[in-house]
Amino acid sequence: MSDSTVTVHGAHAEHEHPPYQRHHFHSMEQQVDTTSFAMWLFLLTEIMFFGGLFTAYLIFRNWYYPAFVVASHQLSIKEGTANTAVLIVSSFTMAMGVWSAEMRRKGALVLCLCLTFVLGLVFLGIKYDEYHEKWEKHHVPSFHYSTKSFTDPASDPEIHKSYPDDKALPLDMARHTEVYFGLYFAMTGMHALHMIIGISILAFMIFRARAGAYTTGHVTFVNNFGLYWHFVDIVWIFLYPLLYLISRHS
Amino acid sequence: MSTQHDPHDQHHGTGHDHDPNEQDVHDTLNHIVSPVVYITVGTILLVMTAVTAAVSFVDLGVFNAVVALAIACFKASIVVLFFMHVKYSSKLTKLTVFSGLFTFGVLIMLTLSDYFTRAWGRW
Amino acid sequence: MSSSTIIRLPDQSTARIPKVNFLTKENGLLSWLLTGDHKRIATLYLISITFFFAIGGMLAGLIRLELLTPQSDLMAADTYNKVFSMHGIIMVFLFLVPSVPATLGNFLIPIMIGAKDLALPKINLLSWYLYIIAGGMMLYVMASGGVDTGWTFTVPLSTHYVNTHVVSAGLAIFVAGFSSVFTGLNFIVTIHKMRAPGMTWFRLPLFVWSNYAASILMVLGTPVLAITLVLIVLERVMGIGVFDPAKGGDPILFQHLFWFYSHPAVYIMILPGMAVISEVVSTFARKRVFGYTAVAFSSVAIAVFAFFVWEHHMFIMGVSNYSTLVFSLLTMLVAVPSAIKIFNWSFTLYKGSITFETPMLYAFGFMGLFTIGGLTGVFLAATGTDIHLTETYFIVAHFHFVMVGGMLMAFLSGIHFWWPKWTGRMYPEKISQLAALVTFIGFNLTFFPQFILGTLGMPRRYAAYPPEFQVLNVFSTAGATVLGIGYLLPILYLTWSLKYGEIAGDNPWQATGLEWQIQSPPLTENFVEIPIVDHDAYDYEWLERKEKEVTSVG
Repeated sequence: MSDSTVTVHGAHAEHEHPPYQRHHFHSMEQQVDTTSFAMWLFLLTEIMFFGGLFTAYLIFRNWYYPAFVVASHQLSIKEGTANTAVLIVSSFTMAMGVWSAEMRRKGALVLCLCLTFVLGLVFLGIKYDEYHEKWEKHHVPSFHYSTKSFTDPASDPEIHKSYPDDKALPLDMARHTEVYFGLYFAMTGMHALHMIIGISILAFMIFRARAGAYTTGHVTFVNNFGLYWHFVDIVWIFLYPLLYLISRHS
Repeated sequence: MSTQHDPHDQHHGTGHDHDPNEQDVHDTLNHIVSPVVYITVGTILLVMTAVTAAVSFVDLGVFNAVVALAIACFKASIVVLFFMHVKYSSKLTKLTVFSGLFTFGVLIMLTLSDYFTRAWGRW
Repeated sequence: MSSSTIIRLPDQSTARIPKVNFLTKENGLLSWLLTGDHKRIATLYLISITFFFAIGGMLAGLIRLELLTPQSDLMAADTYNKVFSMHGIIMVFLFLVPSVPATLGNFLIPIMIGAKDLALPKINLLSWYLYIIAGGMMLYVMASGGVDTGWTFTVPLSTHYVNTHVVSAGLAIFVAGFSSVFTGLNFIVTIHKMRAPGMTWFRLPLFVWSNYAASILMVLGTPVLAITLVLIVLERVMGIGVFDPAKGGDPILFQHLFWFYSHPAVYIMILPGMAVISEVVSTFARKRVFGYTAVAFSSVAIAVFAFFVWEHHMFIMGVSNYSTLVFSLLTMLVAVPSAIKIFNWSFTLYKGSITFETPMLYAFGFMGLFTIGGLTGVFLAATGTDIHLTETYFIVAHFHFVMVGGMLMAFLSGIHFWWPKWTGRMYPEKISQLAALVTFIGFNLTFFPQFILGTLGMPRRYAAYPPEFQVLNVFSTAGATVLGIGYLLPILYLTWSLKYGEIAGDNPWQATGLEWQIQSPPLTENFVEIPIVDHDAYDYEWLERKEKEVTSVG
């Protein structure tokens, strides 16, 4: 062996580290550092995962701008803005949850996690309502997709009232609205899937938090989940203007 | 990044936490962000959401997209810096975030380099 | 050739495999299926990827059999399409991508940096399970008829025109992709955070540097493949229209997204092979790797440049001419770091004390064949020549030279080099040298004619070809048979060596590196005492001094 060595601990009784420290780490600091770094790397993969969708979106918005504008008017700006606000508040409650865990306040932590959970459900509820409306109006790609709202705006009185200056699109451009909705469902669907996974993990965390698992100094799980949750929020922060706010002016 | 080591301490592990009661919860730099910061950032985010929605009703031509994306980038930055604690994190974390954004940038820019130059014709 | 060798084995009459090691520590199926030990997981991977290599190899055999004759007489053209597609998919995603990282990387990286395990052992195990699930899904795809789109899933063929199992295959690759991502993630975290005291970045073995670079590619590139496969599934199932010209979509977009991963993927495949070569060349030349810093930085440079060149797979597909200019130039640049590595290994050999054990034979094979493969890549980087050579057998020969002549040889080099560490036993040297030679001859006979075929104009992915190409095809098939024997032999004698191989001892190669300072096979926790590193990598003087110390104590 080289000059000096460090003895690796054998029997448990000699251990001076907290029970939640894994044995291949030599200190809690290393464990926290490591798992946090790992979570960030995972978020990198998520950036690249959504990145492909954003690339596709950029290209088709550039090619079919009129179709994208008109199609985006089919989305409810009220529901989109509400959802954005919901997610922002849920990010806030999640950050407060991390703070509560760090301050070892179990009650506050459970409250924050529950609020985040509920807000997540609210988001999904509003999303479901939006999806349902799209389904009803035959704006889901390949499921009896209809371009009628775009070739004949008068046939869609609700939207026509809010955007009277929207001209009828020629048929080929009207057909490109299907690409817009394809991307809409792909992007918001992928986002919603991540929300569902997040909410499921939140449910698990609420149970564990109530048992005091995160308020004894071991906040890594809450912290790292917080990173995930904020990332999902950031994706929506970009989806909102790109999908809903293309051009709402007349 | 090298680990801590006390060369005189042969009996314990390197950098061991000797005090289990020590509050070793942290961002990598042991900094706990105060709720005041969170409330401020949250409020700014909500305000900017209202702003971006309002601006979309104003005709700025091509700048609508620019403004919308700029506001979104700003919102994302404050979420990353404050909610995700990157402002208080190590250089490694900052480098990691940067490398993700850089690669995403490469994907977009180089792909668009094809699409934007197709209309330029053959040569 | 002299009979000198650096192998130094303990006295076989008294030597024993250490009773307590990672293989014997715990018994029972569950102790393997629920293990967190990186070495056991590496072993599980080794068995799994060998299985899929055999399947991919049999598919290759079928391809070469069909191509013995100009007509599509062994199988229908549709079937041939399925055979080469499954061959490509299995070889790329289920063999080459995980080959060195998941086996040798998993086994060695913690030991080389002086750690007890990878940073995230459970994620490591999850990685293997995802691989097995992906493999199972792929077997299902094969059993139900396979896909015939080529491993590249080109759109709109794969989304609108074939009725084969594109969705299942796409999902299988999606799962395999996550297996790869988690392995890479684990490596990056481990190398950053788990190095032993004194193990600075520039004391790391170059094996670690190269795997680190490959891991960056895995983490950043694979997710784009994942989303591309999702879009293929959505396009096929839902008709969202992003790739469908009839709805205004762009098939080229698919190719951009697909190759954004798949080009870095080839570096994911080759960098770990280069990692092995650095270690082997140094050990069998008894000399530190020439230009350590250059080799280390060129690994990272390859990883960075890898992301800038993908459009060179699309020069004829209808992309803008201006972008082909840019990507052509960038592709020329990416060749430079690879060349730097070859130069540095060559200078390592210069004035070294070279011996020709099996790992070194494979390494020599690598250096020659990878160079040829790489240089032919330059033909393809230049847009003008690429227009003539693309989609011909020239491409097939090019990538088989770098992947099989390069990567697979490096993999075999690594397996032989670290076999004694992994199992405690030596493989039989004479037959393994023969196998290396047989592989080299078989390889050249199989793939060199394909360069000529490609230049003469034989297209790839065709079951039938003009009769004037038959002679070269027959050479190629003959070579494939020899090559097959060359690959079968190691499977046989390595298995044999598990029971009958000579006891290897800690350091049969007298190599530097922390893995050679511990017992063979290693303990579960790798080190009895975590080392404190005070010397550079490839420090043969340090090794000599250490040996002298031990022998003087007696």
